[in-house]
Amino acid sequence: MTGVVKRFPGVVALGGVDLDVQRGEVHCLLGQNGAGKSTLIKVLAGVHEPNEGTIEWEGEQVTLSHPQAAMDLGVATMYQELDLVEGLSVAENIFLGHEQTRFGFSQRSTARRAAAALLARLGHSEISPAVEVGTLSAASCQIVSMARALSLDAKLIIMDEPSAVLDAGEVSQLFRVIREITDQGVAVIYISHRLEEIREIGDRVTVLKDGRTVTTGLDAKTTPTQELIRHMTGRSIEYVFPPKPEVPAGEPLLRVEGLGRTGEFSGVSFDVRPGEVVGLAGLVGSGRSEVVETIFGARKATTGTVTVDGRVVRPGSVPAAVSAGIGLCPEERKSQALVLGASLASNISLASLARFSRAGLLDRDGENTSAEELLESLDVRPRGIHRESRTLSGGNQQKVVLARWLLRGCRVLLLDEPTRGVDVGARSEIYALIRRLTDDGVAVVVVSSEIPEVLGLSNRVLVLADRTVRHEGRADELDEHAVLDIILKGDAA
Amino acid sequence: MSADVTKAEPPSGDPGTDRTGAVDPVAQQGPPVGGMPSRQGGLAGFLSGPLGRNAGLVVALVLLIIVGIITAGDRFASPENALTILRLGSVIGVVSVGMTFVICGGGIDLSVGAIVALSSVWATTVATQTLAADFHWIVMVFAALAVGGVCGLVNGVLIAYGRIAPFIATLAMLAAARGLAEIIAKRRTQIIRDRDFINFFGGSVLGIPVLVILFAIVAVVGWVLLNRTTFGRRTLAIGGNPEAARLAGIRVQRQTMYLYILLGVACGIAAVMIMARTTTGTSTHGTLYELDAIAAVVIGGTLLSGGRGTVVGTVLGVLIFTTLTNVFTLNNLDTSTQAVAKGAIIVAAVLLQQRVSRTRST
Repeated sequence: MTGVVKRFPGVVALGGVDLDVQRGEVHCLLGQNGAGKSTLIKVLAGVHEPNEGTIEWEGEQVTLSHPQAAMDLGVATMYQELDLVEGLSVAENIFLGHEQTRFGFSQRSTARRAAAALLARLGHSEISPAVEVGTLSAASCQIVSMARALSLDAKLIIMDEPSAVLDAGEVSQLFRVIREITDQGVAVIYISHRLEEIREIGDRVTVLKDGRTVTTGLDAKTTPTQELIRHMTGRSIEYVFPPKPEVPAGEPLLRVEGLGRTGEFSGVSFDVRPGEVVGLAGLVGSGRSEVVETIFGARKATTGTVTVDGRVVRPGSVPAAVSAGIGLCPEERKSQALVLGASLASNISLASLARFSRAGLLDRDGENTSAEELLESLDVRPRGIHRESRTLSGGNQQKVVLARWLLRGCRVLLLDEPTRGVDVGARSEIYALIRRLTDDGVAVVVVSSEIPEVLGLSNRVLVLADRTVRHEGRADELDEHAVLDIILKGDAA
Repeated sequence: MSADVTKAEPPSGDPGTDRTGAVDPVAQQGPPVGGMPSRQGGLAGFLSGPLGRNAGLVVALVLLIIVGIITAGDRFASPENALTILRLGSVIGVVSVGMTFVICGGGIDLSVGAIVALSSVWATTVATQTLAADFHWIVMVFAALAVGGVCGLVNGVLIAYGRIAPFIATLAMLAAARGLAEIIAKRRTQIIRDRDFINFFGGSVLGIPVLVILFAIVAVVGWVLLNRTTFGRRTLAIGGNPEAARLAGIRVQRQTMYLYILLGVACGIAAVMIMARTTTGTSTHGTLYELDAIAAVVIGGTLLSGGRGTVVGTVLGVLIFTTLTNVFTLNNLDTSTQAVAKGAIIVAAVLLQQRVSRTRST
């Protein structure tokens, strides 16, 4: 494929990607979160149609207008979020969508036999084709997904982080199968954050950054790690962050001690002083969001304590956290933060309803005045307090969520991906706003998958990998390479 | 490398602060949508406004009234008949106002008819009536409200804390409450002997039946509660986005439970009203109320998915259905034809609602 461009309304997810994959090779895709890997896969799988650029398949230009078109060509995709139907059996899932073409009739026994053969080929004959997928473990689901890709007689199989849910033994099984199918001439596009794996299984590497190909066709075995990381991080555009004043020494406002949740993360301890920004860096799945949601009581901690100003906050209770002065701007703005059909005013007052309650009656004038003031001071555009929150852009929606906690007057603010889906202009406004809050003595915790953002905003940084803290240190003593290094080493461990 | 296409603006995933390339946030969000109804233009835009949607219902009601006058003449267009319509609509109206809250909060309650039956039976047992005779008929009222409230509490606890789907939990209550009512009444109709009770609720004040006044009070209280209190705001929040409400510190489970209790109490009030109208308590009271109430709420313009609701719309929905029944009865058309017409109205209303919400979300 050459010069593929994919634009979504308002953003360019892919801005020129070149990639060539040869028969029988394992081509690895590297790139940070948001580099455009997932979009690229979806273009190849026919989910998205590119706006520009061409895709050639065996020398001929093709249009992949829908997933079936890609499948017919022989492109099979294993998505990161497993796309299996839980209520159907293993065999039914494997042949879902192409039952008829293979059998004329969907004969269960034939399908089951064929499924069993595929599973055996994958070295997992212990998975019964008749069992319901919903009852299987994540790793087994991955195998079923793999079997599904094989059943398509694909010439190209795209694997999006297939090893994320597998243990070491299962990974080596997976690699065995990959070698087997590539020997038969099948090409594999393999995506992983784990450099070790890429070294072991990959033939060539393409690095994506900011939706573009940085370099393609590097040798997977011999290219030095430092060079790969440099390609992933080297930036064409610089961030501008507000200056970070020194935080005066003093008692911490938020103290997190030994926080853990079974299966999600463990041993997270840190504290934040008033006016300080502490950043949590880590890849998707490192437990970042889980940590802040647990501090906020939205998930119940199995171990450890959260203390605000010397007082322990009751675990697992959002109202307790809110009344202790903690606020959270969650990762998923639309599904977790906003009541999209409701007005800006009612979204802003949502956490402070008690303040506007006069014997249960709502003080709507007070509510509207406060909302108006906040919208103005945060420069939310367009402003109208009665406007539905769904009509705002991402950056302005984020300001509305911030306004909610400003109104509440919280002292500890947890920001999970505060600038995801926020355009360039609004980003710097949000950065400035965070600085304004710390000037007022608010303690801020920032989670972001964009490492420069974490480094630029924070006084201190915690690097999370493999669901625990791998490093803690001053932000100005770290750079993006160093953080990535810690993350990748942690993941390989 | 394809240098020719790499000059596009930065993607969302990796920001820059290239100020010259910075885009005005307002300009970036595409065509303005939502907010004021005026900008949508056309019929759908008008109807999506709060006034517009109710205006649509008023038009429907006026059309029905015109049909009534044409087909039944003076038998329809008389003050007595108007009061009859209101009296008939008042019982289901009280239930529907309560149902508006549950649906706004993202739930559904199929057990309202059964709760009305159980409340009416419990409030008219020999034991209750004896106590009422010794003390005051208010005992019967309290009994009905308490039974309704407790049934609502059970629904609410099962749904909010037991995490049972509202449809299932209230379906179970529908079966159980109706069954319990039959057991208590031994499938017999219990006659109310207290004349004062019947005279009070069956009477009129300034020519307006007490039942209608009760309905009006419930509707006004309901409107204030939904639109002017923090309770109402929390209800709309948990219906609109329960996760966002939870992460804003609202006790979603508790609020959910309150909504079912509120509806249960409304069923208790409805039970008192139907007891007064029929002078009986029986396990067949309130049959199919759940469907009538849900239908009235939905054609009133409350979103079945929750988060948006209107008490005024619900009242208009009740009046439309009751007037429809009245017109059909006056024209000697059977109930089967009525049912078909009702079905058609519900489908039309929901189709309109979907059009409106699609206009909103695009």
